[in-house]
Amino acid sequence: MAMQAGRATDAAGRPSVEPARRAGRASGPHGGPSEPHGGPSAGDRTPRRAGTATAVGVGGALVALLAASVVLAVTIGPAGLAPGDVLASIAAHLGLGEPTLSPLRDAIVWELRMPRVLTAAAVGAGLAICGVVMQALTRNPLADPYLLGLSSGASVGAVIVLVLGMAVALPVAAFAGALAALAATLGLARAAGGLSPTTTVLAGLAVSAVFGAVTSLVIFWSATTDSYREILNWLLGSLAGAGWPAAALAGAAIAIVGLPLLATGRTLDAFAFGDTAASALGIHVPRTRALLLVATALLTGALVAVSGAIGFVGLILPHAVRLVVGARHRALLPLSALAGAVFLVWVDTGARTLFDPRELPVGILTALVGGPVFAALLLRARRAS
Amino acid sequence: MSGVRAGGGRVPEAPCGLGASGGASTAGGSCPARPGTGLEGSRVSFARGSRLVVDGVDITVPRGAVGALLGPNGAGKSTLLHLLAGVERPEVAALTLDGDDLVALRRRERARRIALVEQDAQAPDGLAVEHVVGLGRIPHQSAWGGDSARDREVIAHALDAADATAFASRRYDELSGGERQRVNLARALAQEPELLLLDEPTNHLDIRAQLATLGLLRRLADDGLSVLAALHDLSLAASYADHVVVLANGVVVAAGDPADVLTPPLIRAVWGVEASVLRHPSTGRPLLAFAPADADETVAPEPAPAPEPA
Repeated sequence: MAMQAGRATDAAGRPSVEPARRAGRASGPHGGPSEPHGGPSAGDRTPRRAGTATAVGVGGALVALLAASVVLAVTIGPAGLAPGDVLASIAAHLGLGEPTLSPLRDAIVWELRMPRVLTAAAVGAGLAICGVVMQALTRNPLADPYLLGLSSGASVGAVIVLVLGMAVALPVAAFAGALAALAATLGLARAAGGLSPTTTVLAGLAVSAVFGAVTSLVIFWSATTDSYREILNWLLGSLAGAGWPAAALAGAAIAIVGLPLLATGRTLDAFAFGDTAASALGIHVPRTRALLLVATALLTGALVAVSGAIGFVGLILPHAVRLVVGARHRALLPLSALAGAVFLVWVDTGARTLFDPRELPVGILTALVGGPVFAALLLRARRAS
Repeated sequence: MSGVRAGGGRVPEAPCGLGASGGASTAGGSCPARPGTGLEGSRVSFARGSRLVVDGVDITVPRGAVGALLGPNGAGKSTLLHLLAGVERPEVAALTLDGDDLVALRRRERARRIALVEQDAQAPDGLAVEHVVGLGRIPHQSAWGGDSARDREVIAHALDAADATAFASRRYDELSGGERQRVNLARALAQEPELLLLDEPTNHLDIRAQLATLGLLRRLADDGLSVLAALHDLSLAASYADHVVVLANGVVVAAGDPADVLTPPLIRAVWGVEASVLRHPSTGRPLLAFAPADADETVAPEPAPAPEPA
């Protein structure tokens, strides 16, 4: 009624709509007038399918690469094993065939190297997942469990319960430590003027330094032998001595926390334009962010409990995968997890064999690769801001 | 008076569709085919700390109308849009969309009916345009699974409607400001909303892109979408909006037809500048010329029909 009156004037006495329309059409050179859209719109399906196909193809390749990497990595080192030997040992232990290896060689495969390689795969996958989730939620390309201090916090928790002889509580303590460090980092960054990439990383640096020092202190006062080596292993990360219990803990963390996180791709996508946009897309922002960050702390805690604080995996892998498949999280999350697993399997193999018979903490190698990548990202972030 | 209405606690008269027979409401051809009363809010308030940022605002956006939200910086325009989009929770007497209580509506459900285009949207590097538009499908999708055929259809349609199809496969961070704004619009349209809220959609755009954006909003409204946009350019608002709402210090100071509302006394009171109302030589719409308030004389010798301040 009243409405119609207004609209009637619109038609009769308001030529204003006309220039508006013309102005809309004037955008033709860019978008083209609406008629010939059949062509471009049919054409725009192609990159979408190609994008999905790329993601599926990369995913398949990574799964195959991971399987091959696990088998090959087990063969590397003294003992002269062939991939066939590894497959035979696996088959025998899964009850699919007769054991063909000598008990000693079989023990090398099944008791020594296989759990360590699988632990490396699980830790690599988990750290990469944590990196993707934290980068999306904090909208910070530099976020990663190591740089934001979670790994150091988890180390403190783990070391304290080990010193107290309560190894049963290891994952819980590591989780509590990671959570405390996360709260400290985000709180400090917020107090220092907001969650910008630079402030957050600086806050993470401060928190890491303090927690790293506490870890060193606890070990130094309590350890009976070789405390320096042990300090190094917790601060830099090492998979030396990872047996089946470690593999089981890391695997369980991936299954219980990591896999559900893989399903949050769409939610993380909603944060692409920030909190307000996420909220307008129907996301309960504070609750979602708290839930997902606690999940990353839980996952980090479990991983650090078995490997110490391995740095930069959560930082580098997501960026590398993003370059190939783009920034959509539904593809980025699982592919980063797979790439992280492959990456850490090989880096740990290097750590174990490069200076044979001496072991290198694997974190030294990840830092050697990750440091320059971090520097490049930092420079790019500064240029962008 | 029709279209976007706001004012001191008046109960808005029913716009098309409400209480009227369907035939009557569609007879003019201006009321959309889909039934519904659009957005109706009464006494919407929001406090930040102890300060009332939005103070008892009554606002109505009927279906198919373009409303312009005007006011100086800090008047509460952005906050009001956020409240209407459900980003923050207002205190309200009533807030309904097509008669459904928005406060009680679940977030996802609300996101399927109301879309918000923010000011200065920033996306991470490397996101393709079609994926940005695909974000608008999130309220319609479950956590698992890819885009359905219908999702792809809606995305293609949204790109088309926003004149953004030509750069669908480019990267969002490589686009110009005007192109980005069209992609932002397409993302909002992919939500298939009934109500589209925009926060200064012409900000940072060149004049051609500004006209293109507002022309697009006009067309979308003609197709049945309700549109409410915060704008700074009063002449553009007067040209494109069915109705304007003027906000100052969180309070509605005037609302109605742009030609009735945008008078020199009101502009002086709200923005603190002297204004002359001219007529656009070809469209006849109001055109505003400004001078600083401390200037004693008006500069333009205007044959404006609106009464000039002494």
